[in-house]
Amino acid sequence: MYQYTCQKDIEEKTARYQISISELAARHEAEREEVDVSVVMERMQQSLAVMKTNIRTGVESVQPSIGGLIGGNAAVMYQYATADAPLGGELLARAVAYALAVTEENARMKRIVACPTAGACGVVPACLIAVGETRGLDDAALTRALLNASAIGIVIAAGATISGADGGCQAEVGSASAMAASALVEMAGGSVSACINAAAMALKNMLGLVCDPVDGLVEVPCSKRNAVGVANAIAAADMALAGITSVIPLDEVVRAMKEVGRALPYELRETAKGGVAASKTAQEIRRRISQSLAEDI
Amino acid sequence: MQSDYSVFDIVGPIIIGPSSSHTAGACRLAGAARAIFNKPIDDAEIHVYGSFAATLRGHGTDKALVGGLIGLVPDDERLPRALDLAREAGLKYRFVIEEEMAAQPNLVRFEMRNANAGAYMSVSGASVGGGNIVVTRINNTALEISLKYHTLVVDHLDRPGAVLSVARILADNQINIASMNMYRQAKHDRAYMILEIDQPIECSVLLALRSLPDMSVIYIPQLY
Repeated sequence: MYQYTCQKDIEEKTARYQISISELAARHEAEREEVDVSVVMERMQQSLAVMKTNIRTGVESVQPSIGGLIGGNAAVMYQYATADAPLGGELLARAVAYALAVTEENARMKRIVACPTAGACGVVPACLIAVGETRGLDDAALTRALLNASAIGIVIAAGATISGADGGCQAEVGSASAMAASALVEMAGGSVSACINAAAMALKNMLGLVCDPVDGLVEVPCSKRNAVGVANAIAAADMALAGITSVIPLDEVVRAMKEVGRALPYELRETAKGGVAASKTAQEIRRRISQSLAEDI
Repeated sequence: MQSDYSVFDIVGPIIIGPSSSHTAGACRLAGAARAIFNKPIDDAEIHVYGSFAATLRGHGTDKALVGGLIGLVPDDERLPRALDLAREAGLKYRFVIEEEMAAQPNLVRFEMRNANAGAYMSVSGASVGGGNIVVTRINNTALEISLKYHTLVVDHLDRPGAVLSVARILADNQINIASMNMYRQAKHDRAYMILEIDQPIECSVLLALRSLPDMSVIYIPQLY
Protein backbone atom coordinates (compact mmCIF):
# COMPACT_ATOMS: atom_id res chain seq x y z
CA MET A 1 0.00 0.00 0.00
CA TYR A 2 2.80 2.42 0.92
CA GLN A 3 5.49 0.95 -1.33
CA TYR A 4 7.48 3.44 -3.41
CA THR A 5 10.38 2.99 -5.79
CA CYS A 6 10.43 6.32 -7.63
CA GLN A 7 9.68 10.03 -7.31
CA LYS A 8 6.24 9.54 -8.87
CA ASP A 9 5.29 6.97 -6.20
CA ILE A 10 6.42 9.31 -3.42
CA GLU A 11 4.47 12.26 -4.84
CA GLU A 12 1.35 10.20 -5.41
CA LYS A 13 1.30 8.48 -2.01
CA THR A 14 2.23 11.47 0.13
CA ALA A 15 -0.57 13.42 -1.61
CA ARG A 16 -3.08 10.59 -1.32
CA TYR A 17 -2.54 10.08 2.42
CA GLN A 18 -1.64 13.71 3.18
CA ILE A 19 1.63 12.68 4.84
CA SER A 20 5.31 13.70 4.77
CA ILE A 21 8.06 11.67 3.08
CA SER A 22 9.34 10.50 6.48
CA GLU A 23 5.87 9.26 7.43
CA LEU A 24 5.58 7.41 4.11
CA ALA A 25 8.98 5.78 4.73
CA ALA A 26 7.98 4.79 8.26
CA ARG A 27 4.60 3.37 7.20
CA HIS A 28 6.11 1.38 4.31
CA GLU A 29 8.78 -0.10 6.57
CA ALA A 30 6.19 -1.02 9.19
CA GLU A 31 4.08 -2.62 6.45
CA ARG A 32 6.92 -4.69 4.92
CA GLU A 33 8.18 -5.87 8.32
CA GLU A 34 4.67 -6.37 9.73
CA VAL A 35 5.44 -4.25 12.80
CA ASP A 36 4.13 -1.06 14.37
CA VAL A 37 5.47 2.31 13.14
CA SER A 38 6.85 2.90 16.65
CA VAL A 39 9.15 -0.13 16.22
CA VAL A 40 10.57 1.40 13.05
CA MET A 41 11.10 4.75 14.79
CA GLU A 42 12.85 3.09 17.72
CA ARG A 43 15.19 1.17 15.47
CA MET A 44 16.01 4.28 13.44
CA GLN A 45 16.70 6.14 16.66
CA GLN A 46 19.41 3.56 17.42
CA SER A 47 21.14 4.53 14.18
CA LEU A 48 20.89 8.19 15.20
CA ALA A 49 22.51 7.37 18.54
CA VAL A 50 25.47 5.70 16.80
CA MET A 51 25.85 8.74 14.51
CA LYS A 52 25.85 11.13 17.47
CA THR A 53 28.52 9.06 19.23
CA ASN A 54 30.69 9.11 16.10
CA ILE A 55 30.48 12.90 15.93
CA ARG A 56 31.10 13.43 19.63
CA THR A 57 34.22 11.25 19.72
CA GLY A 58 35.31 12.02 16.17
CA VAL A 59 35.77 15.79 16.62
CA GLU A 60 38.11 15.14 19.55
CA SER A 61 40.18 12.19 18.36
CA VAL A 62 43.56 12.61 16.69
CA GLN A 63 44.22 8.85 16.47
CA PRO A 64 45.36 7.90 12.96
CA SER A 65 43.20 5.64 10.79
CA ILE A 66 44.17 1.97 10.39
CA GLY A 67 45.40 2.69 6.86
CA GLY A 68 47.37 5.59 8.32
CA LEU A 69 46.37 8.20 5.72
CA ILE A 70 43.85 10.25 7.75
CA GLY A 71 42.85 11.10 11.32
CA GLY A 72 42.86 14.46 13.08
CA ASN A 73 41.34 16.66 10.37
CA ALA A 74 37.96 16.66 12.11
CA ALA A 75 39.50 18.02 15.32
CA VAL A 76 41.29 20.79 13.42
CA MET A 77 38.13 21.72 11.51
CA TYR A 78 35.94 21.66 14.61
CA GLN A 79 38.32 23.97 16.42
CA TYR A 80 38.29 26.33 13.43
CA ALA A 81 34.51 26.20 13.11
CA THR A 82 33.91 27.22 16.69
CA ALA A 83 36.82 29.62 17.34
CA ASP A 84 37.37 31.41 14.03
CA ALA A 85 35.11 33.15 11.55
CA PRO A 86 34.63 30.54 8.80
CA LEU A 87 33.95 31.96 5.34
CA GLY A 88 30.77 29.90 4.89
CA GLY A 89 29.52 30.59 8.41
CA GLU A 90 29.71 28.53 11.60
CA LEU A 91 27.03 26.01 10.59
CA LEU A 92 28.70 24.91 7.36
CA ALA A 93 32.14 24.66 8.98
CA ARG A 94 30.73 22.63 11.88
CA ALA A 95 28.85 20.33 9.51
CA VAL A 96 32.05 19.79 7.51
CA ALA A 97 33.89 18.96 10.76
CA TYR A 98 31.19 16.41 11.59
CA ALA A 99 31.48 14.72 8.19
CA LEU A 100 35.24 14.44 8.66
CA ALA A 101 34.62 13.14 12.20
CA VAL A 102 32.31 10.29 11.14
CA THR A 103 34.49 9.21 8.20
CA GLU A 104 37.63 9.29 10.34
CA GLU A 105 35.89 7.16 12.98
CA ASN A 106 34.92 4.74 10.21
CA ALA A 107 38.55 4.51 9.12
CA ARG A 108 39.54 3.79 12.76
CA MET A 109 37.34 0.67 12.82
CA LYS A 110 34.70 2.28 15.02
CA ARG A 111 31.02 1.25 14.96
CA ILE A 112 29.27 3.35 12.29
CA VAL A 113 26.06 3.42 10.27
CA ALA A 114 26.51 2.81 6.54
CA CYS A 115 24.51 5.67 5.02
CA PRO A 116 23.96 4.56 2.32
CA THR A 117 27.48 3.01 2.37
CA ALA A 118 30.42 2.98 4.76
CA GLY A 119 32.42 5.14 2.34
CA ALA A 120 29.72 7.85 2.37
CA CYS A 121 28.80 7.46 6.04
CA GLY A 122 29.59 11.08 7.00
CA VAL A 123 27.29 13.20 4.83
CA VAL A 124 23.82 12.50 6.25
CA PRO A 125 24.70 12.51 9.97
CA ALA A 126 26.81 15.65 9.58
CA CYS A 127 24.05 17.62 7.84
CA LEU A 128 21.21 16.47 10.06
CA ILE A 129 22.96 16.76 13.40
CA ALA A 130 24.63 20.13 12.67
CA VAL A 131 21.37 21.69 11.46
CA GLY A 132 19.46 20.00 14.27
CA GLU A 133 21.74 21.65 16.83
CA THR A 134 21.43 25.08 15.24
CA ARG A 135 17.65 24.83 15.07
CA GLY A 136 17.19 23.13 18.45
CA LEU A 137 15.49 20.02 17.03
CA ASP A 138 14.92 16.92 19.16
CA ASP A 139 15.77 13.27 18.45
CA ALA A 140 12.28 12.57 17.13
CA ALA A 141 12.72 15.23 14.43
CA LEU A 142 16.16 13.88 13.53
CA THR A 143 14.83 10.32 13.40
CA ARG A 144 12.11 11.45 10.99
CA ALA A 145 14.78 13.22 8.92
CA LEU A 146 16.72 9.93 8.69
CA LEU A 147 13.55 8.23 7.41
CA ASN A 148 13.09 10.97 4.82
CA ALA A 149 16.73 10.47 3.74
CA SER A 150 16.26 6.72 3.45
CA ALA A 151 13.22 7.17 1.18
CA ILE A 152 15.37 9.15 -1.27
CA GLY A 153 18.09 6.51 -0.93
CA ILE A 154 15.59 3.78 -1.78
CA VAL A 155 14.55 5.67 -4.93
CA ILE A 156 18.20 5.94 -6.01
CA ALA A 157 19.04 2.31 -5.13
CA ALA A 158 15.96 1.02 -6.95
CA GLY A 159 16.47 3.20 -10.03
CA ALA A 160 20.26 3.25 -10.28
CA THR A 161 22.85 2.11 -7.72
CA ILE A 162 24.42 3.12 -4.41
CA SER A 163 27.62 1.15 -4.96
CA GLY A 164 30.91 2.84 -5.85
CA ALA A 165 32.08 -0.29 -7.65
CA ASP A 166 29.04 -0.01 -9.95
CA GLY A 167 28.55 3.74 -10.30
CA GLY A 168 31.55 5.58 -8.88
CA CYS A 169 31.45 8.09 -6.01
CA GLN A 170 28.40 9.84 -7.47
CA ALA A 171 26.53 6.71 -6.35
CA GLU A 172 27.92 6.91 -2.81
CA VAL A 173 28.61 10.53 -1.75
CA GLY A 174 26.25 11.74 -4.50
CA SER A 175 23.40 9.60 -3.17
CA ALA A 176 24.20 10.56 0.43
CA SER A 177 24.16 14.24 -0.52
CA ALA A 178 20.77 13.92 -2.25
CA MET A 179 19.39 12.05 0.77
CA ALA A 180 20.67 14.74 3.14
CA ALA A 181 19.34 17.60 1.00
CA SER A 182 15.81 16.20 1.06
CA ALA A 183 15.96 15.47 4.80
CA LEU A 184 17.17 19.01 5.55
CA VAL A 185 14.23 20.47 3.65
CA GLU A 186 11.75 18.42 5.69
CA MET A 187 13.54 19.46 8.91
CA ALA A 188 13.15 23.11 7.88
CA GLY A 189 9.44 22.64 7.24
CA GLY A 190 9.61 22.49 3.43
CA SER A 191 7.06 20.68 1.26
CA VAL A 192 7.34 17.20 -0.27
CA SER A 193 8.00 18.78 -3.65
CA ALA A 194 10.76 20.98 -2.20
CA CYS A 195 12.37 17.85 -0.69
CA ILE A 196 12.35 16.11 -4.06
CA ASN A 197 13.71 19.18 -5.82
CA ALA A 198 16.52 19.46 -3.28
CA ALA A 199 17.43 15.79 -3.84
CA ALA A 200 17.36 16.22 -7.62
CA MET A 201 19.59 19.31 -7.51
CA ALA A 202 22.06 17.74 -5.09
CA LEU A 203 22.40 14.53 -7.12
CA LYS A 204 22.70 16.47 -10.40
CA ASN A 205 25.66 18.40 -9.00
CA MET A 206 27.48 15.16 -8.22
CA LEU A 207 27.06 13.41 -11.59
CA GLY A 208 30.34 12.04 -12.90
CA LEU A 209 32.11 11.95 -9.55
CA VAL A 210 34.62 9.10 -9.74
CA CYS A 211 35.60 6.55 -7.08
CA ASP A 212 39.40 6.58 -6.84
CA PRO A 213 40.49 5.51 -3.35
CA VAL A 214 44.25 5.80 -2.77
CA ASP A 215 45.66 2.29 -2.21
CA GLY A 216 42.06 1.03 -2.19
CA LEU A 217 41.49 2.43 1.31
CA VAL A 218 38.32 4.26 2.39
CA GLU A 219 40.40 7.26 3.45
CA VAL A 220 41.74 9.51 0.65
CA PRO A 221 39.88 11.19 -1.00
CA CYS A 222 36.74 9.70 0.63
CA SER A 223 36.77 11.61 3.92
CA LYS A 224 37.01 15.06 2.29
CA ARG A 225 34.52 14.09 -0.42
CA ASN A 226 32.01 13.53 2.38
CA ALA A 227 32.68 17.11 3.49
CA VAL A 228 31.91 18.38 -0.01
CA GLY A 229 28.76 16.24 -0.07
CA VAL A 230 27.66 18.20 3.01
CA ALA A 231 28.23 21.61 1.40
CA ASN A 232 26.39 20.48 -1.72
CA ALA A 233 23.44 19.17 0.31
CA ILE A 234 23.07 22.41 2.27
CA ALA A 235 23.27 24.51 -0.93
CA ALA A 236 20.66 22.34 -2.67
CA ALA A 237 18.35 22.39 0.36
CA ASP A 238 18.60 26.17 0.61
CA MET A 239 17.84 26.56 -3.09
CA ALA A 240 14.78 24.34 -2.77
CA LEU A 241 13.58 26.17 0.36
CA ALA A 242 13.98 29.46 -1.50
CA GLY A 243 11.54 28.09 -4.07
CA ILE A 244 13.95 27.08 -6.82
CA THR A 245 12.98 23.90 -8.67
CA SER A 246 15.09 21.37 -10.56
CA VAL A 247 14.50 21.60 -14.30
CA ILE A 248 15.23 17.88 -14.57
CA PRO A 249 12.95 15.74 -12.34
CA LEU A 250 14.56 13.44 -9.74
CA ASP A 251 13.57 10.23 -11.56
CA GLU A 252 15.38 11.44 -14.70
CA VAL A 253 18.44 12.52 -12.71
CA VAL A 254 18.56 9.05 -11.15
CA ARG A 255 18.40 7.47 -14.60
CA ALA A 256 21.14 9.83 -15.80
CA MET A 257 23.28 8.84 -12.80
CA LYS A 258 22.89 5.19 -13.72
CA GLU A 259 23.94 5.87 -17.33
CA VAL A 260 26.93 7.98 -16.26
CA GLY A 261 27.95 5.16 -13.92
CA ARG A 262 27.79 2.72 -16.78
CA ALA A 263 29.93 5.03 -18.91
CA LEU A 264 32.60 5.37 -16.22
CA PRO A 265 35.62 3.26 -17.07
CA TYR A 266 36.54 0.38 -14.76
CA GLU A 267 39.59 2.35 -13.55
CA LEU A 268 37.29 4.94 -11.95
CA ARG A 269 34.99 2.57 -10.10
CA GLU A 270 36.66 1.69 -6.79
CA THR A 271 39.52 -0.24 -8.38
CA ALA A 272 42.20 2.25 -7.23
CA LYS A 273 43.60 2.26 -10.76
CA GLY A 274 42.57 5.74 -11.91
CA GLY A 275 41.90 9.29 -10.73
CA VAL A 276 43.96 10.47 -7.76
CA ALA A 277 44.64 6.80 -6.91
CA ALA A 278 46.88 6.74 -9.98
CA SER A 279 48.75 9.93 -9.05
CA LYS A 280 52.48 9.98 -8.32
CA THR A 281 51.92 10.59 -4.59
CA ALA A 282 49.37 7.78 -4.40
CA GLN A 283 51.86 5.39 -6.03
CA GLU A 284 54.47 6.33 -3.44
CA ILE A 285 51.97 5.78 -0.60
CA ARG A 286 51.10 2.42 -2.10
CA ARG A 287 54.76 1.37 -2.24
CA ARG A 288 55.32 2.45 1.35
CA ILE A 289 52.28 0.53 2.66
CA SER A 290 53.04 -2.69 0.79
CA GLN A 291 56.64 -2.55 2.05
CA SER A 292 55.56 -2.31 5.71
CA LEU A 293 53.04 -5.12 5.14
CA ALA A 294 55.74 -7.35 3.66
CA GLU A 295 57.98 -6.69 6.68
CA ASP A 296 55.19 -7.63 9.10
CA ILE A 297 54.05 -10.91 7.57
CA MET B 1 17.00 -5.44 -9.92
CA GLN B 2 15.92 -5.40 -6.28
CA SER B 3 13.14 -2.91 -5.62
CA ASP B 4 11.70 -3.62 -2.19
CA TYR B 5 14.38 -2.08 -0.01
CA SER B 6 14.17 -1.64 3.74
CA VAL B 7 15.01 1.80 5.11
CA PHE B 8 17.67 -0.05 7.12
CA ASP B 9 19.37 -1.24 3.92
CA ILE B 10 19.93 2.46 3.19
CA VAL B 11 20.45 4.01 6.64
CA GLY B 12 22.32 0.96 7.88
CA PRO B 13 23.53 -1.59 8.51
CA ILE B 14 25.39 -0.63 11.69
CA ILE B 15 28.87 -2.10 11.28
CA ILE B 16 32.45 -1.74 12.37
CA GLY B 17 34.19 0.26 9.62
CA PRO B 18 35.78 0.96 7.33
CA SER B 19 34.33 -1.18 4.54
CA SER B 20 31.10 -3.13 4.23
CA SER B 21 32.65 -5.68 1.86
CA HIS B 22 36.20 -5.84 3.28
CA THR B 23 35.32 -5.60 6.99
CA ALA B 24 31.66 -6.54 7.64
CA GLY B 25 31.55 -9.10 4.79
CA ALA B 26 34.87 -10.61 5.87
CA CYS B 27 33.64 -10.99 9.44
CA ARG B 28 30.43 -12.66 8.25
CA LEU B 29 32.33 -15.08 6.01
CA ALA B 30 34.48 -16.17 8.92
CA GLY B 31 31.36 -16.52 11.08
CA ALA B 32 29.84 -18.72 8.38
CA ALA B 33 32.98 -20.89 8.17
CA ARG B 34 33.00 -21.26 11.97
CA ALA B 35 29.32 -22.25 11.98
CA ILE B 36 29.79 -24.79 9.19
CA PHE B 37 32.87 -26.36 10.84
CA ASN B 38 30.74 -26.52 14.00
CA LYS B 39 33.63 -27.42 16.33
CA PRO B 40 36.05 -25.31 18.33
CA ILE B 41 38.80 -24.15 15.94
CA ASP B 42 42.28 -24.36 17.36
CA ASP B 43 44.19 -23.83 14.13
CA ALA B 44 43.22 -21.83 11.06
CA GLU B 45 45.08 -21.10 7.87
CA ILE B 46 43.41 -18.15 6.13
CA HIS B 47 44.08 -17.85 2.40
CA VAL B 48 43.15 -14.43 0.98
CA TYR B 49 42.73 -13.60 -2.69
CA GLY B 50 42.15 -10.52 -4.85
CA SER B 51 41.29 -7.25 -3.11
CA PHE B 52 41.02 -9.10 0.24
CA ALA B 53 44.75 -9.69 -0.17
CA ALA B 54 45.42 -6.15 -1.42
CA THR B 55 43.75 -4.26 1.46
CA LEU B 56 44.17 -6.92 4.14
CA ARG B 57 45.53 -4.59 6.82
CA GLY B 58 44.16 -1.21 5.70
CA HIS B 59 40.54 -2.29 5.89
CA GLY B 60 40.94 -4.37 9.02
CA THR B 61 40.15 -7.44 6.91
CA ASP B 62 42.69 -9.46 8.92
CA LYS B 63 40.96 -8.55 12.20
CA ALA B 64 37.50 -9.13 10.73
CA LEU B 65 38.44 -12.60 9.43
CA VAL B 66 40.02 -13.71 12.70
CA GLY B 67 37.25 -12.02 14.71
CA GLY B 68 34.58 -13.95 12.83
CA LEU B 69 36.41 -17.21 13.54
CA ILE B 70 36.20 -16.55 17.30
CA GLY B 71 32.52 -15.63 17.11
CA LEU B 72 32.55 -11.83 16.82
CA VAL B 73 29.81 -10.29 14.65
CA PRO B 74 30.20 -7.35 12.19
CA ASP B 75 29.11 -4.64 14.68
CA ASP B 76 31.10 -5.96 17.66
CA GLU B 77 33.30 -3.19 19.06
CA ARG B 78 35.91 -5.77 20.08
CA LEU B 79 36.68 -6.40 16.37
CA PRO B 80 39.73 -4.04 16.32
CA ARG B 81 41.27 -6.21 19.10
CA ALA B 82 40.36 -9.51 17.43
CA LEU B 83 43.95 -10.66 16.84
CA ASP B 84 44.80 -10.37 20.55
CA LEU B 85 41.49 -11.96 21.56
CA ALA B 86 42.17 -14.90 19.24
CA ARG B 87 45.58 -15.50 20.81
CA GLU B 88 43.99 -15.34 24.27
CA ALA B 89 41.34 -17.83 23.12
CA GLY B 90 44.07 -20.20 21.94
CA LEU B 91 43.36 -19.94 18.22
CA LYS B 92 46.49 -20.29 16.13
CA TYR B 93 46.04 -18.52 12.78
CA ARG B 94 48.19 -17.77 9.75
CA PHE B 95 47.45 -15.64 6.71
CA VAL B 96 48.50 -16.81 3.27
CA ILE B 97 48.41 -14.10 0.62
CA GLU B 98 47.51 -15.77 -2.65
CA GLU B 99 48.84 -14.15 -5.82
CA GLU B 100 46.64 -16.00 -8.32
CA MET B 101 43.53 -14.34 -9.71
CA ALA B 102 40.37 -15.86 -8.22
CA ALA B 103 36.91 -16.08 -9.72
CA GLN B 104 35.66 -13.46 -7.25
CA PRO B 105 37.47 -10.24 -6.26
CA ASN B 106 37.00 -10.76 -2.49
CA LEU B 107 37.67 -14.44 -1.92
CA VAL B 108 38.90 -16.26 1.18
CA ARG B 109 39.53 -19.91 2.06
CA PHE B 110 39.58 -21.04 5.67
CA GLU B 111 41.42 -24.27 6.50
CA MET B 112 40.25 -25.10 10.00
CA ARG B 113 41.45 -27.78 12.39
CA ASN B 114 40.42 -29.21 15.73
CA ALA B 115 43.22 -31.40 17.07
CA ASN B 116 41.17 -33.23 19.73
CA ALA B 117 38.58 -34.46 17.27
CA GLY B 118 41.17 -34.83 14.51
CA ALA B 119 38.84 -32.73 12.42
CA TYR B 120 39.71 -30.68 9.36
CA MET B 121 37.52 -28.64 7.06
CA SER B 122 38.12 -26.17 4.27
CA VAL B 123 35.47 -23.53 3.60
CA SER B 124 35.70 -20.89 0.83
CA GLY B 125 33.52 -17.87 0.27
CA ALA B 126 33.31 -14.41 -1.24
CA SER B 127 32.19 -11.02 -0.04
CA VAL B 128 29.88 -9.76 -2.75
CA GLY B 129 29.15 -6.15 -1.75
CA GLY B 130 27.23 -4.29 0.93
CA GLY B 131 28.33 -6.85 3.52
CA ASN B 132 26.57 -9.67 1.69
CA ILE B 133 28.40 -12.96 1.34
CA VAL B 134 28.26 -16.30 -0.41
CA VAL B 135 29.92 -19.52 0.72
CA THR B 136 31.25 -21.17 -2.45
CA ARG B 137 32.94 -24.39 -1.35
CA ILE B 138 33.06 -26.88 1.52
CA ASN B 139 36.04 -29.22 1.22
CA ASN B 140 35.91 -30.49 -2.38
CA THR B 141 32.30 -29.62 -3.09
CA ALA B 142 31.45 -26.40 -4.94
CA LEU B 143 28.14 -24.98 -3.74
CA GLU B 144 26.33 -21.72 -2.99
CA ILE B 145 25.07 -20.61 0.42
CA SER B 146 24.01 -17.01 1.13
CA LEU B 147 23.03 -17.43 4.81
CA LYS B 148 20.31 -14.81 4.35
CA TYR B 149 17.84 -17.39 5.65
CA HIS B 150 17.96 -20.00 8.40
CA THR B 151 20.05 -22.65 6.70
CA LEU B 152 20.51 -26.40 7.04
CA VAL B 153 23.71 -27.88 5.66
CA VAL B 154 23.19 -31.63 5.35
CA ASP B 155 26.24 -33.74 4.57
CA HIS B 156 24.80 -37.06 3.36
CA LEU B 157 25.35 -40.05 1.11
CA ASP B 158 24.03 -39.52 -2.43
CA ARG B 159 21.25 -42.14 -2.66
CA PRO B 160 17.47 -42.31 -3.26
CA GLY B 161 15.26 -41.09 -0.43
CA ALA B 162 17.76 -38.80 1.28
CA VAL B 163 15.80 -35.66 0.41
CA LEU B 164 12.48 -37.22 1.36
CA SER B 165 13.66 -38.23 4.82
CA VAL B 166 14.78 -34.66 5.60
CA ALA B 167 11.75 -33.03 3.98
CA ARG B 168 9.35 -35.28 5.90
CA ILE B 169 10.72 -34.20 9.27
CA LEU B 170 10.51 -30.52 8.25
CA ALA B 171 6.96 -30.93 6.93
CA ASP B 172 5.83 -32.75 10.09
CA ASN B 173 7.07 -29.76 12.09
CA GLN B 174 5.42 -27.09 9.94
CA ILE B 175 8.75 -25.77 8.65
CA ASN B 176 8.58 -24.26 5.19
CA ILE B 177 11.47 -24.73 2.75
CA ALA B 178 12.28 -21.48 0.89
CA SER B 179 14.88 -23.05 -1.38
CA MET B 180 16.78 -26.28 -1.71
CA ASN B 181 19.91 -27.22 -3.61
CA MET B 182 21.92 -30.43 -3.97
CA TYR B 183 25.64 -30.63 -4.61
CA ARG B 184 27.65 -33.86 -4.89
CA GLN B 185 31.24 -34.80 -5.56
CA ALA B 186 30.26 -37.85 -7.61
CA LYS B 187 27.42 -40.36 -7.98
CA HIS B 188 26.84 -42.34 -4.75
CA ASP B 189 29.55 -40.26 -3.02
CA ARG B 190 29.21 -37.72 -0.21
CA ALA B 191 26.89 -34.86 -1.09
CA TYR B 192 25.54 -31.66 0.41
CA MET B 193 21.90 -30.70 0.66
CA ILE B 194 21.48 -26.97 1.37
CA LEU B 195 18.04 -25.97 2.62
CA GLU B 196 16.98 -22.41 3.29
CA ILE B 197 14.01 -22.38 5.63
CA ASP B 198 11.52 -19.72 6.75
CA GLN B 199 11.21 -20.74 10.39
CA PRO B 200 13.94 -21.22 12.98
CA ILE B 201 14.48 -24.85 13.98
CA GLU B 202 13.85 -26.12 17.48
CA CYS B 203 16.24 -28.42 19.24
CA SER B 204 13.90 -31.42 19.04
CA VAL B 205 13.62 -31.10 15.27
CA LEU B 206 17.38 -30.82 14.92
CA LEU B 207 17.79 -33.96 17.02
CA ALA B 208 15.31 -35.80 14.79
CA LEU B 209 17.28 -34.73 11.70
CA ARG B 210 20.55 -35.78 13.32
CA SER B 211 19.17 -39.23 14.06
CA LEU B 212 18.82 -39.94 10.34
CA PRO B 213 21.37 -42.55 9.17
CA ASP B 214 24.47 -41.49 7.21
CA MET B 215 23.79 -37.80 7.69
CA SER B 216 25.45 -34.98 9.51
CA VAL B 217 23.28 -31.92 9.91
CA ILE B 218 24.47 -28.39 10.66
CA TYR B 219 21.99 -25.64 11.41
CA ILE B 220 22.96 -22.00 10.91
CA PRO B 221 20.40 -19.44 12.12
CA GLN B 222 19.90 -16.44 9.83
CA LEU B 223 23.17 -14.47 9.93
CA TYR B 224 21.70 -11.10 8.98
